[in-house]
Amino acid sequence: MADLTTTFLGIQSPNPFWLASAPPTDKAYNVNRAFEAGWGGAVWKTLGEDPPIVNVNGPRYGAIHGNDRRVLGFNNIELITDRPLATNLAEIRQIKRDWPDRALIVSVMLPMNEQSWAKYVPMIEDTGCDGLELNFGCPHGMSERGMGSAVGQVPEYIQQAAAWCKKFARVPVIVKLTPNITNILPAAKAAQNGGADAVSLINTLNSIMRVDYDNLTIYPATDGKGSHGGYCGPAVKPIALHMVAEIARSRETRGLPISGIGGITDWRDAVDFLALGATTVQVCTAAMVYGFKIIDDLVDGLSNYLDSKGFTSVSQLVAKAVPSVTDWQYLNLNHVDKAYIDQDLCIQCGRCHIVCEDTSHQAITATVNGARHFEVIDAECVGCNLCVSVCPVENCITMRPMRSGVDPRTGRAITNVKADWTTHPNNPGRKSS
Amino acid sequence: MSDKADIRTGRLSDEKLASNFADMHPPLTKSEAIIDADRCYFCYDAPCITACPTGIDIPGFIQKIRSGNLRGSAHTILSANIMGGMCARVCPTEVLCEEACVRNTHEDRPVRIGMLQRYATEDVVVPGSKSRSSQNAPLFQRAPATGKKVAVVGGGPAGLSCAHRLAVLGHSATVFEPRDKLGGLNEYGIAAYKTPDDFAAREVEFILSIGGIEVRTNSAIGSNLSLAELRKDYDAVFLGFGLTGVNGLNIEGEQLEGVANAVDYIAMLRQAPKKSTLPVGRRVVVIGGGMTAIDIAVQSKALGAEQVTMVYRRGQENMNASGYEQEFAQIRGVNIRLWSQPRKLLVEGGRVRGVEFESTQTPGQTYVLEADMVFKAIGQKVLWDRLGDTAQILDLKNDRILVDDERRTSLRGVWAGGDCVFGGKDLTVSAVQDGKVAAISIDRFVRGQ
Repeated sequence: MADLTTTFLGIQSPNPFWLASAPPTDKAYNVNRAFEAGWGGAVWKTLGEDPPIVNVNGPRYGAIHGNDRRVLGFNNIELITDRPLATNLAEIRQIKRDWPDRALIVSVMLPMNEQSWAKYVPMIEDTGCDGLELNFGCPHGMSERGMGSAVGQVPEYIQQAAAWCKKFARVPVIVKLTPNITNILPAAKAAQNGGADAVSLINTLNSIMRVDYDNLTIYPATDGKGSHGGYCGPAVKPIALHMVAEIARSRETRGLPISGIGGITDWRDAVDFLALGATTVQVCTAAMVYGFKIIDDLVDGLSNYLDSKGFTSVSQLVAKAVPSVTDWQYLNLNHVDKAYIDQDLCIQCGRCHIVCEDTSHQAITATVNGARHFEVIDAECVGCNLCVSVCPVENCITMRPMRSGVDPRTGRAITNVKADWTTHPNNPGRKSS
Repeated sequence: MSDKADIRTGRLSDEKLASNFADMHPPLTKSEAIIDADRCYFCYDAPCITACPTGIDIPGFIQKIRSGNLRGSAHTILSANIMGGMCARVCPTEVLCEEACVRNTHEDRPVRIGMLQRYATEDVVVPGSKSRSSQNAPLFQRAPATGKKVAVVGGGPAGLSCAHRLAVLGHSATVFEPRDKLGGLNEYGIAAYKTPDDFAAREVEFILSIGGIEVRTNSAIGSNLSLAELRKDYDAVFLGFGLTGVNGLNIEGEQLEGVANAVDYIAMLRQAPKKSTLPVGRRVVVIGGGMTAIDIAVQSKALGAEQVTMVYRRGQENMNASGYEQEFAQIRGVNIRLWSQPRKLLVEGGRVRGVEFESTQTPGQTYVLEADMVFKAIGQKVLWDRLGDTAQILDLKNDRILVDDERRTSLRGVWAGGDCVFGGKDLTVSAVQDGKVAAISIDRFVRGQ
C-alpha cells in the first residue's frame, strides 16, 4: 500500500485531500464530520474583519447538469464567513486540538492596509492553525469592496498583501489565486515575490448560470435580481489544470509549492493535479454535491493507482507529467496518428461518422459495400481525435501512431526525425535548422 | 368430465377486474422519461428509425424530450405517425425500434423508445392527461382547400391515417365505417389493458380535430356502398377495410355453443361498460399463436378463468406473437402448448366440453383439453363475397389487394392499405404508414402531378 501521507510546507496530513475554503468548512460541526469521514485537511472558510458580512437569504447556488442531473458546473454567490470572528477562532482552536494529525489552514481576507494584517494575523495564528491561505480570489461580492479577486487581479496588490501577511505570520502562507485573469504567471510570481510559501489555485470563475425561461430574468435570482457568481465543479478542471501546469513548468515559478483546486471529484482528477505539479489538492464542489463520503474513493483510488504504478508515496507522482507540457511550437509536426475503430467494440451508433463528415475531414465511412459500417479512411484522417472524443464506447476508437511507411493522406514518408514549427519552412520566423 | 359447462359472469370482484385491466405499462414520470432520454446516443442514420415502419425520427423526438421541448417532440412523432400515441402502446417495439437500438450491443438494454413516445404524445393526444401544462394551439394546420374529395373506406388505423394526411394537404376526406365507432382494431380489437381510459376514442377525436374529415358510420361496401359509385362520386378512393372475417378450424362442431371467435369476444369486451357482465369459462382453450390469441388468453385470465391454455400448431419461434408477448401471457398465468392441432370438438348437451388435439410432430398421438369455452384465433381474412364486385375489379394476391410502393391498386384512382393489402405486417403501425403513403400519392394524383 502506497503511503498517502503528505507534507506540504512542513504541514503533515494523512492524505493529500483537503477541503477547500468554502461552505463545507464554515463551522466546527462540518469540519468535525469531514475529519471523521477521513479528509486529510481543511482550509477554514475565509475569515474577515468584524462585524461579519451578511449573506442573501435567497439562492446562493446554481448548477449545470449533465445526464441524470449530474452536476457538471456549479456556482455560488456566498461571501466569506458571516459569523463573528471570535466564534470562528474558538472553533478553529478546538478543532485543531481535537484533530492534531489533520492539516488545518485558515483562509483570510483583509483590506489593503498593513494595520489590519498586523492586528488579525497574530490573533488567527494563536488558534494553533497550521497555516494561512490568503483569499485573493473570490470574484463576487467581496471584490466590489476591493478585496478577493479585486486584489488577485493586480499583481502589485498580491505582492503587497502577501508581504504584510508574511511580516506578521510565523506559520506558512499560501496565496490563493484567481483565474479571472489572462495569464496566471504574473500573479503567481507576485505571490512568490511577496514571500508567500505556496500558491493554491484556482478560485472560482466569474459566471452567470442561465436565465429563468418563464420570467426572463437571471437564474437563480433573489427577489427578481441576481449577481454573477463563482463558477466551479468538474467543468472548470481543465482551466485549473492549465494554470497549475503553467506555474509548474515556467522557469520563474518552477518549484513554487502548489495546492491544486478545481473540480476534483474522483481520484483520477487528483492524479491530474498531482502529476501536473500540485502537492496537495483541495475539494469543495464534489463534497457539496455528494457529501463527505466521496473521500473513500479519493483515498482508496489514489492508493490503488499509486500501487499499480509502483509508486510508494504521493510525492513520487507529483509533477511527473509536467515535462510533457510544452508550447505548441515545439510539437513534432512529423508525427502521424490515425484513428482506428475496433469493430468488435463498435455498437454502430455512427456518431464518429457524422461528426467527421459534418464538421471535420470526411474520414469515416458510413457504409461499406452497402452495409452500415464505420471505418477510418486513412487517406483523409488527420488524427484530430474528434471521433475518439464523441464515441460512447471507451477504447472503441483509439489513435494509433504510424511508425513507418507513407502517410496516405500527404504521400509523405514517415520519419523518426522530429521537426517542429520553429524550423518549419512555412514559418516566416523560423530558425535555421 | 364434469357435469355442467362452467361459464358465468362476475368471477372476480370489480376491484380485482379493475386491477387486471389496468394500464399494463403505466406512463413514465417526467424523471423516468428524462433518465431514459439521456440514454439515447442520438445515432447517425439511426437503426431505430429504419426499424420503424413509419420512419419516426426517434433520436430527434428523444432529444426534444431532453430539452423540454415536448410539443416539438410530439410534432416529430405525429407528423410521421398520426397514431404515435396508440403505436406507443401497442407496437411490438421489442422487434421493431427497440430491437434495433445500439444500446442492445452496448449493454443489452435498449432505450425505452415506446414508453418515451407515449410520454411525448400523451399531452397532445389526450390534453390535460398530465400535470404539465398543455399548449393548446393545434399541432397541425391544413393547407388551403383544394376542393378535391377522397373517399376513405374503413375507419381503422389505415383509413384514419390516410384521411388525416389528406386533410393536412387541403383535401376533404369522407370516412365510411361499417361499425358505430371509428378506430378499427384500436377500438374493437386490441387488448383492453393496452389502451385503457378510452384512449382509442380520444385519439380518433384528436385526429378528426384537424377538420376536413367527414365521418359516415354504418356504411359498408357491399351493403350501402359500392366501389364503382365511390369512384364516380370522388376524386380518389382509399380502401382500408381491414380483415372482415375469421378463419375457421374446419372441424366438426365449430358452431357449438361455447365456441367463439376471439375477435368477436374481444370486441364485446372492449365495448362492455362493466367487465363483470362478461361471461367467461372456468377452463378456456385458445387456438392460435398470434397477437389475438395472446390477447384473448390473457383477457380470459383477467376475467377470472382458472385455466387458460393457448394451443399452437408449431413451435414458439414460429408464433406471430413476439417472444415478449408470449412471456407476458405466461406471467399472467396462461399455459402455452405447442405442436398441436385441434382434431375434434367434444360435445355434451349441445355445448362444447373439450378439444381433442393431435401432435403435429407425432401424428396419431392425441390428447384432450377440457374446456368450457374455446376461442378461435387462427387468423383473419377478407370476406370478398360480401364486398360486391370489389374482388372482381381489383387484382388480388393470396386473397389480399395487390398494391405498389405508393399503395396504388390495379384500378386507377383507387388506393389501399392496412391489413387488407398483400404483404402487410398486420400491425397498427404498418397500417398507419400505408394510409400516409397512399395520401401523399393521392395528393399528387388529384393535383394532376
